[in-house]
Amino acid sequence: MASSKFVLINENDNILVCCQTVKTGEIVIVDGHKIRIVVDIDVGHKIAKVPLKKASKVIRYGVPIGSTITDVAIGEHVHLHNMKSDYIPSHTRQSSLGA
Amino acid sequence: MRGFLRKDGRKGIRNTVVVAYLVECAQHVAKSIVNKIDHDDVQLIGFPGCYPNDYSLEMMEKLCTHPNVGGVVLVSLGCEGFNREQLFQTIVDSERPVETLIIQKCGGTKTTIELGIEKASAILEIIADVERVELATSDLVIGTICGGSDGTSGISANPAVGACFDILLNDDATCIFEETGELIGCEHIMADRAESKELAQELITCVEKAEQYYTKMGYGSFAPGNAEGGLTTQEEKSMGAYAKSGSSLINGIIKPGDIPQKKGLFLMDVVPDGEPMFGFPNISDNAEIVEMIASGALLILFTTGRGSVVGSAISPVIKICANPETYRNLSEDMDINAGSIIDGKTTVNEVGQAIFDCVIKVSNGDKSKSEALGHKEFILTYKKFDELGPSCLR
Repeated sequence: MASSKFVLINENDNILVCCQTVKTGEIVIVDGHKIRIVVDIDVGHKIAKVPLKKASKVIRYGVPIGSTITDVAIGEHVHLHNMKSDYIPSHTRQSSLGA
Repeated sequence: MRGFLRKDGRKGIRNTVVVAYLVECAQHVAKSIVNKIDHDDVQLIGFPGCYPNDYSLEMMEKLCTHPNVGGVVLVSLGCEGFNREQLFQTIVDSERPVETLIIQKCGGTKTTIELGIEKASAILEIIADVERVELATSDLVIGTICGGSDGTSGISANPAVGACFDILLNDDATCIFEETGELIGCEHIMADRAESKELAQELITCVEKAEQYYTKMGYGSFAPGNAEGGLTTQEEKSMGAYAKSGSSLINGIIKPGDIPQKKGLFLMDVVPDGEPMFGFPNISDNAEIVEMIASGALLILFTTGRGSVVGSAISPVIKICANPETYRNLSEDMDINAGSIIDGKTTVNEVGQAIFDCVIKVSNGDKSKSEALGHKEFILTYKKFDELGPSCLR
């Protein structure tokens, strides 16, 4: 599974999951494209496999896990700042959410 | 494997004396009895509230007559609302040794602690003679929970537990998965695995109930640490959590304290019925663990990404760590490193087999990590449930 630092869980997914921490500035291959990573990506976090338009479904495990709230570029971190639940809002730590 | 035979025919993998406080006011006395005896098989459980509640009474009845429990000391203040007479009678009917100590009648804190030590020690001696019998995989009742999930949980530890469940179910064991609030978004794919059409509808209905309940409460079953670990939404967490159930047919729904009346795979519906009355369904992971134990779980498989360290009173907890970085950091608390899947060194099925092997060892008396470290957490709070519908097929 770990030939790359990211894994595609289901062939229909439009995100990749990080298996090994990736530092800002690293160049990774996403869907055949060379992408420069612009924020640190920790294990378990997601990046976009393809460009995603605002209000499109984010697909993981082959099923929707929420929708984008902005346009998302290929290789961009996909998280609370650019997607949301289609069910119940997520809450964060009151002190701080590790940026 | 060898197990402890109980009078109702069920078999336990541990032989404990539980010291149970029946209101918070009796907690210190009960805890002191347990601490002073300082024996792995003497454990503290209890209910803090003073108002009566059918759910908590039933939970305490099921816990005190659990197959891993050999005998009970009840510690009452004296004036609380808990129905100690009914609980005592249920334990007597199960033919377990039981003593009730009422602090207001015993003469106070010190006297009750001394008396409790005497009673619990005597029960420990009596139950040393409980009949030991052959224990088969088909005798096992195993529950699973995830706590401190992150973005790795759904691709390593959770599907590995699912693979272990498939092995256990193939050997005719009974398996329980839970937290309908963490199945929001996957109710329809789950319903496809129901053994009947009626059950499929019940599965969807109980997840819808969870969604409505959590929406009213204002928060999903989603902690800040989930987000820090890369999970963004409830449904993303749900899909990962759902993987713990494996791929076998789902045979029924139970509510906390219901003991499955047949073998197979059961979903535990932990979300209360009706309008929210007492707060969040389960205030933290141990509340769910206690509910699965009340339904007869002899052992709990706990998957964690961020790194939970909890164990439980009554039934051992096996920790399966999803995230390789967490495993490196917290290996002293983790029984199984499913992070090796993320590292590309093992497969989901290999780790599933390793979990199964660990289940057999711990069932046969080996201590799990949390058990050896002395983790015996316990939480029981107020809830309200209606009776199960007929198509839940218990």
